[in-house]
Amino acid sequence: METQQQLDDFQARIDAGEKIEPKDWMPERYREQIIRMGSQHAHSEIVGMLPEGNWISRAPSLKRKLVLLAKVQDEAGHGLYLYSAIETLGVRRSELIDQYLYGNAKYSSIFNYPTLSYADVCVIGWLVDGAAIVNQTKLAHSSYGPYARANLRICKEESFHKKQGYEMVAKLAEGTPAQRKMVQSAVDRFWWPTLMMFGPNDSNSPNSAELLKWQVKLNTNDELRQHFVDRVVMEAEAVGLTLPDPDLKFNEETGHWEFGEIPWDEFWDVVKGNGVMNRERIKSRRKAHEDGAWVREAAQAYARKKNLSREKAS
Amino acid sequence: MSENNEKDWPLWEVFYQPKNGKPYEHAGSLHASDAENALQNARDVYARRNEGIGIWVVPSDQITASTPEDMGSFFDPASDKPYRHPQFYSVPRAVKKRS
Repeated sequence: METQQQLDDFQARIDAGEKIEPKDWMPERYREQIIRMGSQHAHSEIVGMLPEGNWISRAPSLKRKLVLLAKVQDEAGHGLYLYSAIETLGVRRSELIDQYLYGNAKYSSIFNYPTLSYADVCVIGWLVDGAAIVNQTKLAHSSYGPYARANLRICKEESFHKKQGYEMVAKLAEGTPAQRKMVQSAVDRFWWPTLMMFGPNDSNSPNSAELLKWQVKLNTNDELRQHFVDRVVMEAEAVGLTLPDPDLKFNEETGHWEFGEIPWDEFWDVVKGNGVMNRERIKSRRKAHEDGAWVREAAQAYARKKNLSREKAS
Repeated sequence: MSENNEKDWPLWEVFYQPKNGKPYEHAGSLHASDAENALQNARDVYARRNEGIGIWVVPSDQITASTPEDMGSFFDPASDKPYRHPQFYSVPRAVKKRS
């Protein structure tokens, strides 16, 4: 049973900016929240390989193919860093994967949108990875040590993801009329879903208060979203693209860009599983996992056999 | 639980040496079927950008660690020995200025 004294001591450590390590005492609820949030983050990295992986074989040049392969491989790596951070809390990897493939674990809704052209891959790098960097730069200071360190490692790699995307967006934006049209259409489709990546408004975010109190996250959803919008408006202007929001305007007083109402109905609908690609994504992940079963089993059998022959020899 | 046990490959802790002459650092952990597989996975997961010039992999269950509960009593033999630090000693002023 958790005593008030334990909870107060724990809060005092958090407030003093100390990191919590796996074997330290922590409230059960803190442990649950890290597992929930961290594994959602990990699942998102893994499923995030699909929309872009879809285009590897059709990359416009060898250079772009190499870049995309490296980026998609990084996303797999990011998922693995995060899973290993979460496992320090005593939960098994296979349990997490089961919850994701066969249970009701969530992942970021952005990956339930289809990638219709190569411009979508470019815009994902610019906007989606750009938004992810804003989130993860803050999470690198999260109170749970292993989770913070995994995010730090991710951040070091993520800036290449965004930069390669923005470079391609800029190239398309100064290209032929058809290329311009293609990239503007991608921006139009990905703009609102990207803003949804930061989660519901603060007034409508049930987990936020607890996560902030324990410094699992350090900023509210709306703060991070604003930070992102302020930066992207400038970047869109620089390459002559239009963000599809007629209400976007600069507020001299606050120094921030105000934006229109996010289509939250769409957000909740996709969260509930009704996005264009929800079923397809889970189907692909299950297939990859199940098709790989024989490889996992064969490697285990090989390791057992080697162990046996080593024992015999000694 | 026992079923999960068999499903997961064993867990390994990964350490790498960032540069020649530097000590090994903990990178994170990963699952692998055996040591050789762990080493290859460690390269792919933790050293895609020349983060290390050497890698160690250690089965996680082979690590013995101190616990936070006995942190105080375990480390306190060190806390009452200020004479192990150079600040404990005074030196003539003339020498102090030069150092």
